[in-house]
Amino acid sequence: MQVAVDGPWSPLLGRLSLAAIPYDNPILVTTFAIVVVLAAVIVGAAFYFGKVGYIWREWITTVDHKKIGVMYIILGLVMLFRGFMDGAMMRTQQLLADGPASPGYLGAQHGYLPPYHFDQIYTAHGTLMLFFAATPLVAGLGNIIIPLQIGARDMAFPYLNATSLWLTMAGAALCMISLFVGEFSNATWVGLMPFSEMPFNPGVGVDYWMWAFQLSSLGTTFNAINMIATIVKMRAPGMSWFRMPVYCWSSLTTNIIGLTIFPVVTVALTMLGIDRYFGTHFFTAGYGGNFMLYINLFWIWGHPEVYFLMLPAFGLFSEIVPTFSNKALFGYATMVAASFSIGGIGWVVWAHHFFTMGMGPQLNGYFSAATMIVGIPTGVKAFNWLFTMYRGRITFATPMLWAIIGLVLLLVGGLTGMMLSASVFDYTVHDSLFVVAHFHCMVLVIGSALFAAVTYWWPKVFGFKLDEVNGRLYYFTFVVASLLVFVPLFYLGFAGVTRRLDYIYNPDLKSLLWVSEGGIGVYFISLFFFLKMLYISLRDQIPAASDSWGTGRTLEWLTHTPVPFYNFAVTPQINSRDELAWRKANGVENVQPTQYVPIHLPNSTAVPFLIGALSAVFGFAITWRIWWLSIASLAAIVIIIIIRSFDKNEGYVLSAEEIARLESRPDLASIIAEQPKRSSLAHVEAI
Amino acid sequence: MATNYAKAEPSALWNPSADEHDPISARTYGFWLYLLSDALIFTSLFASYAVLDNPSNAAGGPLAAGAINVSHGLLQTFIILASVLAYSLATVSMKNGNKAGLTLGIILAMVLGGAFLYISGADLWALAAQGNGPTRSAFLSIFFTLLLTHGLHIVIGLLWMVIMLVQISVFGFTKDVVGRLLNLRLFWQFQATIWVCVYFYVYLLGGAV
Repeated sequence: MQVAVDGPWSPLLGRLSLAAIPYDNPILVTTFAIVVVLAAVIVGAAFYFGKVGYIWREWITTVDHKKIGVMYIILGLVMLFRGFMDGAMMRTQQLLADGPASPGYLGAQHGYLPPYHFDQIYTAHGTLMLFFAATPLVAGLGNIIIPLQIGARDMAFPYLNATSLWLTMAGAALCMISLFVGEFSNATWVGLMPFSEMPFNPGVGVDYWMWAFQLSSLGTTFNAINMIATIVKMRAPGMSWFRMPVYCWSSLTTNIIGLTIFPVVTVALTMLGIDRYFGTHFFTAGYGGNFMLYINLFWIWGHPEVYFLMLPAFGLFSEIVPTFSNKALFGYATMVAASFSIGGIGWVVWAHHFFTMGMGPQLNGYFSAATMIVGIPTGVKAFNWLFTMYRGRITFATPMLWAIIGLVLLLVGGLTGMMLSASVFDYTVHDSLFVVAHFHCMVLVIGSALFAAVTYWWPKVFGFKLDEVNGRLYYFTFVVASLLVFVPLFYLGFAGVTRRLDYIYNPDLKSLLWVSEGGIGVYFISLFFFLKMLYISLRDQIPAASDSWGTGRTLEWLTHTPVPFYNFAVTPQINSRDELAWRKANGVENVQPTQYVPIHLPNSTAVPFLIGALSAVFGFAITWRIWWLSIASLAAIVIIIIIRSFDKNEGYVLSAEEIARLESRPDLASIIAEQPKRSSLAHVEAI
Repeated sequence: MATNYAKAEPSALWNPSADEHDPISARTYGFWLYLLSDALIFTSLFASYAVLDNPSNAAGGPLAAGAINVSHGLLQTFIILASVLAYSLATVSMKNGNKAGLTLGIILAMVLGGAFLYISGADLWALAAQGNGPTRSAFLSIFFTLLLTHGLHIVIGLLWMVIMLVQISVFGFTKDVVGRLLNLRLFWQFQATIWVCVYFYVYLLGGAV
C-alpha cells in the first residue's frame, strides 16, 4: 500500500490518487465498512431524533468546560477501543507467526499480517494510546474536575479550551483517515531515525504520524496554559494554596510539565518535517546529520510525558481513596512535595530510554541513579494511600476497587521499573517484551485511575450513577485479562523475545503466547460488560444525590447533581482543606445561599471548531503535498483568528431570577439540557 | 461588567462578590505562560545548535564564522532594541491616553522591525545564493532554522501591530485592546531578548573562532 511521495504529483490533488485507497486489503475494507455503518447510524440518529441543531448549539460550539471534558473523554474512549483492537491484532499475529512451520494467511508468509502492515499497527497502537486515548482522558477529567474543585465558573480561557479540544480531535481525525487513505507510519510511535527520513521512508505514513502528533501536542500545550492559569488565578475566595485538593496540585504539576516539554517535541518534529519537506539534514545519515539529537530531544519530551500522564492518575487516587475510606488523606503536604519531586526528577532521567546506545558508564551511571530516585516520592505516595486506608471505614465501591488494583499494578510496574533503571540489567532486556510488560503495567495504573475517575465523577456530570453490578464484572474481567496478557510478556522478555516482532522464531514459546492471547479474549468479555454497564445505567438513570457517594469531601460534591452549567449558583467561601467534610463536621452542608447575583457567562462560538476542522484539512493536504490546499487552510485559520479578534461579543448574563428558577429545577440546568437563547451582552467598556 | 454586587453580602459559606475578576491580569498571566513555552522552543533550538555547531556537522561547508555578517548583526541588534524602545514609548503614550503618540510609536516600531527583517533576509538570501543554503549541511540547517524561527516571530509581531493599529482606531482604548497591546509589548520584548541570545551565541561566539 505504500504511496511514494516522490512519485507522480498533480497540482490539484498532490500525491493523492485512487491507488492510495487500500481496497485490496480485507482487514481495512472491513474496518472501513464498520466505521461507515457506525458513523451513518450516529448521524442518521441525530437527524431522526432532530438533534442536529442541539448537537451543534450545545456541544460542537460550546465553551463550557464540562462539555469539553465530556467530549475529550468520548474521544479518549473511542480511541482506546481502536488502540485496543490494534493491540489484539498484534498479539494474534505473534501467536500465529510463531516458529518456522507456522502457516501464513492473507498474503503474509507467517501469520496474517505482512511485516509492513504489522509495523503500521504497532506504530498506530502506541500513537493512539498515548496521544488520543490517555491524553484526552486525562485532559477531559481535568477539564471537568478542576474548575469544580476550586469553585470556579469555568476555565481561565474557555475559548482556548475549546480550541485545544478541536485541535486534538483534528489529530485523531488524521489518524483515522490514514487507515483508509494511504497508510500510517511504520517507524514506531517514537519515530526511529534516520528511518523516518525521506530516503528510507518515502511514504505518506510518517507525515500522517507527524502532523497528527503535532496537532495533538499543540492542543495539549494550550490546555496546559489554560489549566495552570485556572488553578493559579481562578480559585474561590478562601482557597489558599494549601487548601487545594491534592488532585489540583497534581494537575498543576502535570501541566507545568506539559507546558515545558511539549515545545521540545514540537521542535524535534518540526526539524523532522523540515528534513522531509525541504531536504535539510538535521537527522539524516549524511551531510553532518545527527540522529542522536532527535532521540535526545524526543525523550527529553518523552520521559516527562510519562509523568504528565501518571501524576493526574496519582491525583485521582488521592481523591478517591479518602472518599471511600471516609477519612482525610494521610500526608497532604508530603503528597504535594512528592508530586513536585516526581515532576522535577522526570526532567532529568530521559537517557534511560537508550542506555544501550553507547553513552558510556558515567552517563549511564548518572541516569540509572536519577531514575532510581523517582522511586522515593512514588513510594511516599503509595504509603500515603495505604495509611489513608489504614483504620478507615472502607467502602468497596467500583472506583475504590479500581484504585486498589491501580496500587497493585503500581507496585509491579514500579519494581520492574527499578530493575530496568539499572543500566547493567537494561543491557539484557533492552527492547524486549519485558520492557513492554513493565510499561503496560504503568499505563494500566493510569487506565485504572481513569476508569475509577470516570465511575466516581459520572453521577456529578450526568446525575445518575453507573451500574455497580456490571461495573464490578467489568472490573474483575479487566483485571484478569490484564494479568493474563501481560504477566507472560515478562517471561517472554526474559526468554529473548524483542519488541515489535512480526515473527517469533522459537515455537517452544507457543503456550505463553496462548495465555496472552487468552487474556485478549477476556478483554473482549470485559468490553461486553463495559457496554452493558453503559446501557443499563443509561436505561435506568437512577437519580443520584448531590453528594453522590455519601462520603465526598471536596467542593464539587457541594453543588447540584447533575452539575448546573454555571457550576455554583453562588461562589462558595472556602474555610478548610476538605471544604465539604468541614461543612459536614459543622452541620452546614445543606445551607444554601439566600440570595443570588447575576452570573456573567461566555457565549458559544464556532471558531474553535472551525480552527480544528481547518487544521485537519491542513494536516491532510500537507501530508499529500496538496500545496494550494495547505496554504489556503493555513491562511483561513489566520484570517479566522483575526476576524475573531474584532468580535466584541462579551457573553451573556444569567439574571438572579433565572438562577433562582434553575436552582429549583436542577435538571433544567444540567449540561444535557438544551438552554434557551439568552440575550448577548454586547457592549464595550472604556477603561 | 456593570453588575451591582453591593446588595449581596459575603457570608462564611457563600461569597457572591467573588465573580469580579480582572480579565487583563488573567490574560497577561496566560501570555507569560505562552512565552515560557515559546522560550522552551528556542531552548531546544539553541541546544540543537550547540550539538550541530561542529566541523563534522558542517560536512565541508562553513560554520558560523563563514555564514554570518558580524557588523550587520551589531546593526540588527541596535535596530531591534530601538524598535522595542519605540514600542515601550508607545505604551507610555497609551498610559497617558495619547492615541496619536501610541500610533506613532507602533508605526516606528514596525518600520524598525521591517528594517531588521530586510537586513536579516538579505544576508540569508545571499548566503543561500552562494550555495550555502539550509540543505548544504546539518549546521546550516539549524543555523537557518534558528534565524528564521526568530524572523517568524518578528513577522507575527508586525502582523499583530497592523491589527492593533486598526483596532485602536476602530475601538479606542477598550479593555480588550489595552490587554492585547500589553501582551504585544511582552511579545516584542521577548523576541528582542531572543535576538540578543542569538547575537551572543551565534554571532559573537561563532564569529570569534
